[in-house]
Amino acid sequence: MSLLFRSRQQGAQQVKISGFRRFVMFWVHNLQQAVASLGELARYPFASLMTMAVLGLSLTLPATLYVVVKNTEAVGASWQHASEMTLFLRKELSQQEISTLHKRLSLSNDIESVRWIDKDEALAEFRVHSGFGDALKGLAQNPLPDVLVVLPAAHKRSAGQAQQLAQQLRQEREVEQVRLDLDWLQRLEALINLVRDGLLALALLLCLSVVLIVGNTIRLNILSKREEIMVMKLVGATDGFIQRPFLYTGVWYGVVGGLIAWIATWIMMAWIAGAVAQISELYESQFSLVGLTGQEMMILWLLAIGLGLLGSYLAVRKHVKEVEPQ
Amino acid sequence: MIKFEQVSKTYPGGFQALNQVSFHLEPGEMAFLTGHSGAGKSTLLKLISMMERPSSGRVLINGHDLKRISNRQIPYVRRDIGMIFQDHRLLMDKTVLDNVALPLLIEGYSMQEARKRVSAALEKVGLGDKLRHYPMMLSGGEQQRVGIARAIVNKPPLLLADEPTGNLDPKLSMEIIRLFEEFNRVGVSVLIATHDLGLIARLRYRTLTLKEGRMINDGLQEG
Ligand SMILES: Nc1ncnc2c1ncn2[C@@H]1O[C@H](COP(=O)(O)OP(=O)(O)OP(=O)(O)O)[C@@H](O)[C@H]1O
Ligand SMILES: [Mg+2]
Repeated sequence: MSLLFRSRQQGAQQVKISGFRRFVMFWVHNLQQAVASLGELARYPFASLMTMAVLGLSLTLPATLYVVVKNTEAVGASWQHASEMTLFLRKELSQQEISTLHKRLSLSNDIESVRWIDKDEALAEFRVHSGFGDALKGLAQNPLPDVLVVLPAAHKRSAGQAQQLAQQLRQEREVEQVRLDLDWLQRLEALINLVRDGLLALALLLCLSVVLIVGNTIRLNILSKREEIMVMKLVGATDGFIQRPFLYTGVWYGVVGGLIAWIATWIMMAWIAGAVAQISELYESQFSLVGLTGQEMMILWLLAIGLGLLGSYLAVRKHVKEVEPQ
Repeated sequence: MIKFEQVSKTYPGGFQALNQVSFHLEPGEMAFLTGHSGAGKSTLLKLISMMERPSSGRVLINGHDLKRISNRQIPYVRRDIGMIFQDHRLLMDKTVLDNVALPLLIEGYSMQEARKRVSAALEKVGLGDKLRHYPMMLSGGEQQRVGIARAIVNKPPLLLADEPTGNLDPKLSMEIIRLFEEFNRVGVSVLIATHDLGLIARLRYRTLTLKEGRMINDGLQEG
């Protein structure tokens, strides 16, 4: 209905079409506009690709760091012996008492496994490996204590939890001393936390810069089309109608930028994988780098598209309104 | 159709372009608006198409006070007004078809639905065979007629033209005016701003004359 002329029908209302067809038309129309926006971008392929590349490469850095953190965490968790603790038992204990303690600890929920190193075995081994064989023969008594090596259950393996467990075990009557070498585990955990926090801050900053870059590109786009926008406003286009193609442009920046981010992250991972292979050879571990999962790739893509859309939305909201027909 | 009641317009900066202007253009009437350069003709048309708002007084279209139209509603008002400009304001990188179809696409037509109406509008201005041309490939008079086709393609009840014949020779100017007469004959109200006094004199339509922002004459221009 026209605002000023009650009897006058405006627009598509003049053409009698069903609700269903209108619904279909809505999507067809949007698809057409999306394709038209893509065609518009293809007219300036270099400029368009620049923006897309900036968007994609900006997301590559946090994506790569994310993969690194993810893998480092996996390494930390797979390093079972990091939080292994050694219990030195009191000398006067009988075999029976040690055996009972061994069983009791084995049954604890907080403990995955307990290995008993018998003091006689230990001495024999020491004799063989140390080269002090003859000197040790003169000893009247075995100087070594019995030892239990405790591997905490998975939920007790972090530095803090392991420390707590060690404290608990120290209270045991049979235990003389508990040794827990946590230094490097603590360092690894601190490092991972640091990288994770840094990653978050970095990712936020880069997302912000992506929004600003897309917003600025769209702003220039709008300014270069001032004349066209004025004409459209003069013949009755709403701001929404004028904005739509620019929003699609933003979405396309995200779609292609996301693909670029995938490829660039993949290249980065391939590069890092070489270094990782060397390291794991040094440590004689079979560790292989896990890249982005399908789900993570999807999230990265949606993030790219979302940022493209957000950037263009902010630009469009402000600058389309500002173009006033003269 | 268009009613001005004591309308004044002062531009930011303090210049008073219109001063207490009142007139009433009846539905189905055709009139000229004339006056020296800077008299306020374009300003008056801009108040109707809501490119500017009056500083005081009321502008009514079909009895509706434009003061009550919010900024968000302005596009819908403009869909009822066909506007024609001296520099025709065509989109140079779009074909004639796309240019003329623009008001229809904005109203939600699909291109297929729009095409028939576009053809009819171009037929009316005598450019039925130029659908696929770009404006650059057309003469000044032809470009102006494409602009007119765009203005009438959605059959607005009101046509506003600001110096539509400014760049054209007398013969072409007369052709354009004849076009307006044709639309007027089927009930469209037409208001044409021009300082081509010779043209006005030959036609003997109602003529509103502005001088330094004041309406000094409302009636037949005595040639
Ligand atoms: N946006 C504006 N800001 C300030 N002053 C303006 C603005 N637009 C127009 N004016 C002034 O208002 C006066 C009337 O301008 P207007 O364009 O209405 O004149 P006109 O009658 O259409 O003249 P012409 O025949 O030259 O087109 C002029 O003196 C002009 O300088
Ligand atoms: Mg003027």
